[in-house]
Amino acid sequence: MATLEGDARAAAGARAGRLGFLLDRPEWLGPLMIGPAVLYIVLVVGLPFFLALYYSVSDITMGSRTLGFVGLKNFVSVVSTTKFQTSLKNTFVFAVVSQVLVMVFANVLALALLKDFRGKWLIRLLILLPWVAPISLGTIGWLWILDSIYSVINWTLQALGLISPDNWPMWLGIPHLAMGSVITVHVWRLLPLATVIILAGLTSIPQDIHDAAAVDGAGFWRHLFQVTLPLVRPIMLVAALFGLVFAFTDMIIIFVLTRGGPYDTTQVLASLAFFTGIQGGDLAEGAAVALFLFPLLLAVAVVFLRIARRTEVT
Amino acid sequence: MDSVDLSTKEGEFLVLLGPSGCGKTTLLRMIAGLERPTAGEILIGGRVVNELAPRARKIAMVFQSYALYPHMSVYKNIAFPLKAQGVPKATIPQKVEWAASLFGIEKLLQRKPRQLSGGERQRVALARAVVREPSVFLLDEPLSNLDAKLRATARDELQQFQRRIGITTLYVTHDQIEAMGLGDRIAVMQGGKVRQIGTPSEVYDEPADTFVAGFLGSPPMNVVEAPDALIGFRPEHFLPREAHESPAGLTALPFRITRVEYLGADRLIYGVLEGKFQGAKVIARLPSTVMAPVEVGRRYEFAVKEKDLKFFATATGLRTPPRPL
Repeated sequence: MATLEGDARAAAGARAGRLGFLLDRPEWLGPLMIGPAVLYIVLVVGLPFFLALYYSVSDITMGSRTLGFVGLKNFVSVVSTTKFQTSLKNTFVFAVVSQVLVMVFANVLALALLKDFRGKWLIRLLILLPWVAPISLGTIGWLWILDSIYSVINWTLQALGLISPDNWPMWLGIPHLAMGSVITVHVWRLLPLATVIILAGLTSIPQDIHDAAAVDGAGFWRHLFQVTLPLVRPIMLVAALFGLVFAFTDMIIIFVLTRGGPYDTTQVLASLAFFTGIQGGDLAEGAAVALFLFPLLLAVAVVFLRIARRTEVT
Repeated sequence: MDSVDLSTKEGEFLVLLGPSGCGKTTLLRMIAGLERPTAGEILIGGRVVNELAPRARKIAMVFQSYALYPHMSVYKNIAFPLKAQGVPKATIPQKVEWAASLFGIEKLLQRKPRQLSGGERQRVALARAVVREPSVFLLDEPLSNLDAKLRATARDELQQFQRRIGITTLYVTHDQIEAMGLGDRIAVMQGGKVRQIGTPSEVYDEPADTFVAGFLGSPPMNVVEAPDALIGFRPEHFLPREAHESPAGLTALPFRITRVEYLGADRLIYGVLEGKFQGAKVIARLPSTVMAPVEVGRRYEFAVKEKDLKFFATATGLRTPPRPL
């Protein structure tokens, strides 16, 4: 009995030992650790992506049971519509303008937050708030702020005597105002992330470099443009890349605020894909719209990461 | 920082020496204008500069980390202070060439700092500091990131260079060998105060208090307690009686040896005194020219010349006049 127990213990020990041995070896431990992440990406990102690729060259519709290969027909038919061309133009305006604004404001904010002052933590918290709040909830708040009847902006302007009740701006109802509103909300939404990323970059610059610039005689602007900004550029590019890809592919704000209106003036490719594929039921064309920008975004990502690597400073 | 009163002579090489945290870097940063003193005045060239920004003070500073701009080439690093001070564009290249040639880095001008070795980075930092011809040169432990061998040559070059350009130089270090070797004068600092200021031989041979006595020298000065004073003597002055050239004027200190370290050029002898200073732990440093046999556990007749005994007040640690033992 005793020997049996001893044998069992020894066997268990050997098993644990073997497992321990495997865990000690980097060539086993590495794949084991990264495995779940790879699985997750394959199932949640990879599978839908390849499915979309497949759909975009098929004739699938919602509810259809057959699936025929049609080549690039979907792309050709989609690209020729004015709706698509407007959306493509809007996508670029929306993404580029909002991203430029985000980078400028994020730099200003990050530089301001770098200094020590009373109540800094509160300001930081307030700035981070749009990022932690659920995006649709925040946008619904904006929907009320920009509403045609209840807009708090309009009521305030009217109370101040700046506008009269019969020429209220329709923030979401007039083409240029609508685009402006959508961009504003998007900037509000993306600003916190970009600020935090740039702030991290700024904090990583050694104080000695700033001191050297001060002793060397650099004034505020020279210090900012020739020392500080070039040194945060690599990390700034990362923030810009994230923001740009996000702006090109996200549709929640537009969906909640304007649904692409008025007259498709705020329609972007992401929302168009949703309306065509999911609401219109034409899965194949929807997939084609959604995938249209993929090669471009891939190229953008590659270029950005290259620049980031080349300008790496240490 | 606490009531530091310090003035330099024109063209002098003044070293601020002290243990880490003694305030020497803070003092340097105040002079540079990177930190503000709460009270007191800083004068450069006879002018009060307290309210002036660093760039208006006509100073140059070399940082411990060198603080080169990592995204700029060596040329741009050196040209940066010139551009910032609005030096005419046409004269910049020739000034950069001049500064680079001072330190022999003309061939490195197109490189980025990360492609340089530690010694080369140090030269670039010096060139960047010197290019604007400042009236004061502030150096914050510029050699501490170099390896030991390089440090010796860099020390030599630094001194030659300072002699040649004749700019008043403040040099912060915690390394007493650097301080002794480089400084015209040394200010020994501790706890935000200047404990003593003097030439290397003054601070070494005539320390103003027990801190200076204990901080300079390796191993430091032996300090033993007498009933009414503290008595200090350097390990190299504490020799076997027969190793002194004449028996006159010697104070005998019987010595029991507990450990011997053989260092090649010297032997360090650790032990305790017997007799009058029973139990005091002291160290003797015997040069290799002293052949006297020393054995662990045995008692020897050691002695110090009377003129090499330094006296300090027991309560304050300050130097007091010599007296007969």
